[in-house]
Amino acid sequence: MTRVLIPTGALGLGYDRAALSRGIANRPDIIAVDGGSTDSGPSYLGRGVSKYSRASTKAEWRGLMQARAEAGVPLVIGTAGTCGADSAVDWLLEITREIAAETGQTLRVATLKSGQSAAAVKAALAEGRIAPLFPAPEISDALIDACSNIVALAGAEQIAAALATGADIVIAGRTTDTAIIAALPLVNGDHPGACWHGAKIGECGAIATTQPATGVIQIDFDATGFTMEPMALTAAATPYTVSAHMLYENSDPFVLYEPGGHLDVTGASYTALDARRVRVEGSEWIRGVYTVKLEGARVAGYQTVALALLRDRRYVRHAREWAADVQARVAAQIVERMGLSPDDFTLELRLIGMDATLGPLENRTTTPVEVGVLGIVTCPTEAQAAEAGKMLNPYLLHHALTEDEPMPTFAFPFSPAEMQRGALYEFCLNHVMRLDDPMSAFRLDVHEVGHG
Amino acid sequence: MAELGTLVEKVRSKNAGPFWLTVDIFCGSAEAFARVTTGLDTTRVAHLFGVEPQAMKRFDIPDLNVVKLSVPRPVVQGTRADRDMHGAGWAVLVEEMEIA
Repeated sequence: MTRVLIPTGALGLGYDRAALSRGIANRPDIIAVDGGSTDSGPSYLGRGVSKYSRASTKAEWRGLMQARAEAGVPLVIGTAGTCGADSAVDWLLEITREIAAETGQTLRVATLKSGQSAAAVKAALAEGRIAPLFPAPEISDALIDACSNIVALAGAEQIAAALATGADIVIAGRTTDTAIIAALPLVNGDHPGACWHGAKIGECGAIATTQPATGVIQIDFDATGFTMEPMALTAAATPYTVSAHMLYENSDPFVLYEPGGHLDVTGASYTALDARRVRVEGSEWIRGVYTVKLEGARVAGYQTVALALLRDRRYVRHAREWAADVQARVAAQIVERMGLSPDDFTLELRLIGMDATLGPLENRTTTPVEVGVLGIVTCPTEAQAAEAGKMLNPYLLHHALTEDEPMPTFAFPFSPAEMQRGALYEFCLNHVMRLDDPMSAFRLDVHEVGHG
Repeated sequence: MAELGTLVEKVRSKNAGPFWLTVDIFCGSAEAFARVTTGLDTTRVAHLFGVEPQAMKRFDIPDLNVVKLSVPRPVVQGTRADRDMHGAGWAVLVEEMEIA
């Protein structure tokens, strides 16, 4: 039997301290927490940084390091720093060193790095070891070179190797959400289908319970299945909340692909042991070729945005034609004055209050009180984006619907009116890479941290 | 006819990775599930989303009273044309559909 304590869906989201203490009192074998996801977009991987504040991350990580010290078991984090790039692992290692020094802890910390060099990925491509998932962008050496970061998603094998170093803390770069939870139960010989299924249910902490915000859950894995229990006394796991979590952020609710195989939960049964605990059996792990998924992000241009507000009723009523006119005039000016070709840049005006969320798919119309006009210009260089953004300014401020009317002025919430967003990144890989040795694409290092 | 959102507990849309979008319709009861599974035309949802009907995967899950629809993201997450980083806004197109 292996008892895994999961404090929260992601470091940075917070957790219930009383529930965490209850989890520690139950003597877990390991504490596992996720540190990231692609869900916030490509910029984090592109830049290799965390989306959460350093102060929040440090405060929550300090609490987990304290809980680990009390429990005397390993603490493992996957996809450190939102994106799991090597720089994000280094960032969390530095925070760990600070906390160790501040709290007088001496620790063995293993770092598992998932970053892939362009040379390694190009070699794998040439050797036929890279295959597209669906849908996948076209891949080429040039595209691989253009990525500012490429990571491979580690599985249970690499986490197990990190744990085998005897580490008190494992800071892993990009991993699958489930690998950090499944690794130790798999090493202990618990039921493989249950290990992966329980890991999927537990990856978001208490989301698979009646009180998602409480965060902390405990999963017991054994030879035939797993049992899930939320650690907040007010939260309950029910067969419904547990089984419904297979739907979450998953395109197929019965199948989950992982390095080295896939999970099939078609035959799983969910039983309430009491009002708060659920037992799951019958899920299957089907072995396959050992592949790891790749994620990459590259710069796709540079953006400047500006926001203006139309409150005048006549302009609100005619917002669409006004915006189309501004768009056409500014685009022409960018071509004429900056010498860009129309293919070099995009200029878009999204009308907040009308269809900014859904664009052409919006099928409701109404007359709003006001309309926010979000101008977005994307150019090949940062300097061009800054220039083009400034060209939007006079039009967003004063452009009149007709020539024979007094010059209008619209509301700008800021000065300067335009905001440079820096690089626009995009995800450009949806591929898997075959490995003969699971560790061959990952780097494991052991650090002695703290006093000594 | 009724608006789908008034018949069910919740409609949720999310990314399933940067390249997929998934919509979960939590019907809340066997009756609502029966009405949604018979009344919901997948082709119409595809048209509302601006995607090819054959690109849409549908799972009717009676154990959960859930209908799940998954489709390659019409606009890849975070590209310049993307308006909705987490894919949360697509749910309203399903919620506001009229069904028999």
